[in-house]
Amino acid sequence: MTKITYTEKKDTRSGFGAGLAELGRTNPNVVALCADLVGSLKMQEFIKENPERFFQIGIAEANMMGIAAGLTIGGKIPFSGTFANFSTGRVYDQIRQSIAYSEKNVKICASHAGLTLGEDGATHQILEDIGMMKMLPNMVVINPCDYNQTKAATIAIADYHGPVYLRFGRPSVPIFTPADQKFEIGKAIKLIEGTDVTIFATGHLVWEAIEAEAVLAEQGISVEVINIHTIKPLDTEAILASVAKTGCVVTAEEHQMNGGLGDSVAQTLALNHPAPLEMVAVNDSFGESGKPAELMTKYGIDAANIVKAAQRAIARK
Amino acid sequence: MSKPTTAELERIASQVRRDIVRMVHAVNSGHPGGSLGCTDFLVALYFHAMNRKDGFDMDGKGEDLFFLSNGHISPVWYSVLARAGYFEVSELATFRKINSRLQGHPATEEGLEGIRIASGSLGQGLSVACGAAQAKKLNGDKNLIYALMGDGELEEGQVWEAAMYAAHCKVDNLIATVDFNGQQIDGPTEEVMSLGNIKAKFEAFGWTVIESNGNDMASIVSSLEEAKKLTGQGKPILNLMTTDMGYGVDFMVGTHKWHGVAPNDEQLADALGQLEETLGDY
Repeated sequence: MTKITYTEKKDTRSGFGAGLAELGRTNPNVVALCADLVGSLKMQEFIKENPERFFQIGIAEANMMGIAAGLTIGGKIPFSGTFANFSTGRVYDQIRQSIAYSEKNVKICASHAGLTLGEDGATHQILEDIGMMKMLPNMVVINPCDYNQTKAATIAIADYHGPVYLRFGRPSVPIFTPADQKFEIGKAIKLIEGTDVTIFATGHLVWEAIEAEAVLAEQGISVEVINIHTIKPLDTEAILASVAKTGCVVTAEEHQMNGGLGDSVAQTLALNHPAPLEMVAVNDSFGESGKPAELMTKYGIDAANIVKAAQRAIARK
Repeated sequence: MSKPTTAELERIASQVRRDIVRMVHAVNSGHPGGSLGCTDFLVALYFHAMNRKDGFDMDGKGEDLFFLSNGHISPVWYSVLARAGYFEVSELATFRKINSRLQGHPATEEGLEGIRIASGSLGQGLSVACGAAQAKKLNGDKNLIYALMGDGELEEGQVWEAAMYAAHCKVDNLIATVDFNGQQIDGPTEEVMSLGNIKAKFEAFGWTVIESNGNDMASIVSSLEEAKKLTGQGKPILNLMTTDMGYGVDFMVGTHKWHGVAPNDEQLADALGQLEETLGDY
């Protein structure tokens, strides 16, 4: 495999905005809703081109989820947009009853997820959303890693019939996935091939995993890096195939250890192929105000922490 | 097909009330009080007011749609749906039993014809109805959306989010009804949480409000006709409908005590003695 590099950084939410705009041009059933965060969600292009298909709900997220559910009755494909915190915790029961249990074709698009929201602090830095969403029957949970993948995922979920939680973030991060890469729900992507340890990463942590691999390679450690963009349904086949080869695992995510990707991978390993597992995630703590990079370091979820976790995992083999 | 007369609607309602008390008695659970109170309304809605297609499909294009937000009164809805031909009347016997499509609260997962959204956790139905109404507008579908809420349910904040939205966005193809029976589980609404002037509140939110007597078939029919005429004028319509909880069964009337309690064998016999079997029991 060729070395993974980047030339440009962009926020994943802009990938969502670009994907939504493209859907506006290609799929007349796609409609969008927002709870007073149009600029933050990068929805302006869609709104400008399709004003009749945009629904401004105001600061009323519970109502937004209900309206989205209702719009599916009549064949619309609603994409709701607000911060991840207000897309999940604030409206959990609305999603549970009116969307997930009711099997409604709603795409819950959630920006500003995790610590990298930054200075706004813990009230807005949700680190529990993946857990809440993956626990809901019928719900697909996707956490793409960069601008291109977020755009591709946004476009792909319109063709899937059923509720989807699409999680992305605020900061500019490296664009390293190909612009023309098709997004397949539930299909993990192997980025770097290796034999000593596998890093399963999701979202912003995929780039951190790539940086960690470079450090570990200099130490003579052969690392496999796999992008788990879909946390549910989990690509257990890809996970088990990789761990059968490497024999130990690191998971990396911008989320609580409880309920996140690490949990899902641990379950897969415990049920099928027990192996040493180290989790890079926030350990039962709320975040705080600060710069994204400072927070990633303080809460132990940057590349340096992935390096240490990989060393621990290998030592446990 | 000509619409049923008021007398014919009342006969259907009598049978629906029999279905309700028999259903909740059979499983010793369920919610008879609100079901009995809303029987006349739902009969008038399905057998008189709504423009309905034959059969059922989820999108419901080209017909009026109804959303039950206070899902706990599922017995009355199931009975009316069955009696209106959405599924076999005999299926009412499966209510709340294992492997049934007639869940304690309405659900879509089992594919029961007539149900488009799960409800039971209160306060969500008006939002869903607003969404479905907006989908109708996008589709150029001139048919209407009906929704029913309990009065106690108005204590949920989401109802007022939806009320604000519907007025702001001129959702004028929506007729929402409030079952104003003045009761909730813990007692009279005036004691538990006073609702104040519901009419004035909705009017202040920008709705057109009409009032009706929900246990008088002629009043319900005329109010629904009036509500339909008021659609398409830039404002959502609220039908503030006074009912008696438990209406039709004398010992259940006007009290919150029969909100979620089933009659025993003797009480069932007493109730059935007050309700004529007009269409044949299931």
